[in-house]
Amino acid sequence: MNAHDHKPVDHVTGTETTGHEWDGIRELNTPLPRWWLWSFYASIVFAIGYMVVYPAWPLITGHTAGVIGWSSRGAVASDVAALQAARGDMTAQIDAADLAAIRTDPTLQAFAMAQGRTTFLDNCAGCHGAGGGGAKGYPNLNDDDWLWGGSLEAIETTIRHGIRSADPDTRITDMPAFGRDGLLERADITAVARFVRSLSGQEVPDGTDLAAGAQVFADNCAACHGDDGKGNRDVGAPDLTDAIWLFGSDESSIAAGVTNGRASVMPAWGGRFDDATVKSLVVYVHAFGGGE
Amino acid sequence: MTTTIEIDHRNADHGGDPDEGPLYFARRKIQPIAVHGRFRRIKTVLLLVTLGIYYLLPFVRWDRGADAPGQAVLIDFPARRFYFFFVEIWPQEFYYVTGLLILAALALFLMNAVAGRIWCGYLCPQTVWTDLFLGVERMVEGDRRARLLLDAAPWSAEKLAKRTAKHGIWLLIAWWTGGAWVLYFADAPTLVAELATGTAPLVAYGWIAVLTGTTYFLAGHMREQVCTYMCPWPRIQAALTDEHALNVTYRYDRGEPRMSFKKATAARAAAQPAGDCVDCGQCVAACPTGVDIRAGLQLDCIQCGLCIDACDAVMEKVGRPTALIAYDTELNVRARIEGRPEVRRIVRPRTVLYAALIVAVGAVMLTALATRTTTDVAVIHDRNPVFVRLSDGGVRNGYTLRLVNKTTAAAQLRIVVGGLPGVGVEVIGAETLDGVPVVTVGRDQTREMRMVLSLHAEAAATVALDQVVPITVAVENLTTGEQATAGDNFRTR
Repeated sequence: MNAHDHKPVDHVTGTETTGHEWDGIRELNTPLPRWWLWSFYASIVFAIGYMVVYPAWPLITGHTAGVIGWSSRGAVASDVAALQAARGDMTAQIDAADLAAIRTDPTLQAFAMAQGRTTFLDNCAGCHGAGGGGAKGYPNLNDDDWLWGGSLEAIETTIRHGIRSADPDTRITDMPAFGRDGLLERADITAVARFVRSLSGQEVPDGTDLAAGAQVFADNCAACHGDDGKGNRDVGAPDLTDAIWLFGSDESSIAAGVTNGRASVMPAWGGRFDDATVKSLVVYVHAFGGGE
Repeated sequence: MTTTIEIDHRNADHGGDPDEGPLYFARRKIQPIAVHGRFRRIKTVLLLVTLGIYYLLPFVRWDRGADAPGQAVLIDFPARRFYFFFVEIWPQEFYYVTGLLILAALALFLMNAVAGRIWCGYLCPQTVWTDLFLGVERMVEGDRRARLLLDAAPWSAEKLAKRTAKHGIWLLIAWWTGGAWVLYFADAPTLVAELATGTAPLVAYGWIAVLTGTTYFLAGHMREQVCTYMCPWPRIQAALTDEHALNVTYRYDRGEPRMSFKKATAARAAAQPAGDCVDCGQCVAACPTGVDIRAGLQLDCIQCGLCIDACDAVMEKVGRPTALIAYDTELNVRARIEGRPEVRRIVRPRTVLYAALIVAVGAVMLTALATRTTTDVAVIHDRNPVFVRLSDGGVRNGYTLRLVNKTTAAAQLRIVVGGLPGVGVEVIGAETLDGVPVVTVGRDQTREMRMVLSLHAEAAATVALDQVVPITVAVENLTTGEQATAGDNFRTR
């Protein structure tokens, strides 16, 4: 090593300087730490390898594919396939079992409740609430009042085909818009709304002529809701004598229903889920507590 | 005006003050000499016993019935169970392990108060495996002198062969140590067969590799540096010791003034004072951590007792009484010098306290183990909806039950809800016995069930609505009769 290889050393810090000097101030030579530099080089090498192996560069109509052909879509597809393979045995068992058996067999029940829960939260909770508590216009699945029936089979039909959906086998009926379409006068509507309130023992204004309302009910409503107002599940007509009101029990809510009709829609899920998922969902919904 | 102070650090003088030396010393390789004697025998026996337990325990069988693992000690992570002979622990009972750790700590304290670093010297895995690796080294390369010569010798076919053999055997032991470790986490004979045929899970090979590496480096290469620089225990134990604790002690009342055997003989003939220590250095040569015990108690000393054996052998040869180095206290050494009687106090407040704590913690743990329940229930109230109005005006609440059966047979658990007269109880998917829900839970399992409580209008009239009613959920195992109860609320608002 030659003597002039040594740069002058700063006395205060003991560090060698670059030899540059500005007005008596000299620049200390403190290069990047060696470990840092090597990590930097290593990451450059890694980045080049990464660009070769994985999709990296955008092209005009696409992108470089990378030599191993990895894609995020492909990764999802293989994850889903792996999940289906892992579930395969249980899915087959759920497919083969009838709904009542799934409900009482500990293994099938545990699987169906878990699968039903995630399916419900992903697809149903938006309208029916996370716990199936419902909202105005969206039925509560925990109570004992069902529009179309609360047996396992009835729930399965509703889920598969929906209500007033695009499915050819959908559950469908229409409550006429008695007021809007001019079928009933405003006074008749008020009378029948008050009469309907009286069916479930709710208060009506003093001096209300319930007989007039009863006559309107018998002429227009009883065909679906029944002479006693107890409803008809075959046509999804709600029981008007109980304490549960999907759209509210006050006079104006009832009158609004009579005036404009009610036609809530639930999508058909049969085409979106496989059979095992539908059955799990049926068992899960049935287990909210309202199942019959 | 400015003043410039220039300090030339490179020329600062560090020579005079011993505290001002460099902060880093390169390791001086320690080549302990072989010794024979009482403490060497104790160490060998403990080495065989502790390593024997470690390597063979996974193969000990314990019958728990057809569907349960037949391994005496098993940490079953996939099933989340820990088996130890007749004890089976679930994850929520991990406090047993906490209790065990407390007992272990107290036992360490007691050992330390009675006779110093018994743990470090005889039982610590670092000491035991280092001892084993030293034994291999001695077997392959010879004793201290041969090893020092081999270290200094240039590379030759013989040196290469010896080094290869030594490291090969070390790696083999390390590999088997890692192998034994993974056997505690799966059925040992099955896993051995899988490992042999290359069909074991990847994680098993990974852990074997990790533990092979740590064993090889810690016991083969790092040795006493682990004790001196890495382990916190020497620092902690120094705070736990007292003047009555026995320690490996050089009895300088007898040993000093040290001088050669010839000089000592001459001095004694001339009625001059002469110590028993002949300054042969055997105690230093035998020490696996390279300390000089004659300098007194020190952090690096693991108190393995090998210097006692080394010194006793020399004392016998020179015809002086043995036990110049022995388990003793500084207090007694000074007492002998000053002509006071020796004091040996094993029973003193410190040891009594540690022993009492060990007995108390042990008793608590045994009681907990003996009265461990095998049936349990947990209740969680639905958060959404909190309550539901029924068509007749009644109220319904939903709950999630977690039923636990820790017995070795499937159990029928009867569920009785108290605190709410007239309530309708439905456990979804459960059978009923005389109208009461009964749930079958498999052996050693839990089962989650949904429970719905419905208070219909007539019954609802008996409790004031618009309130929160406390309820109890009692579970009875119909086979064993054992009961468990959990509390929750029935909410109507």
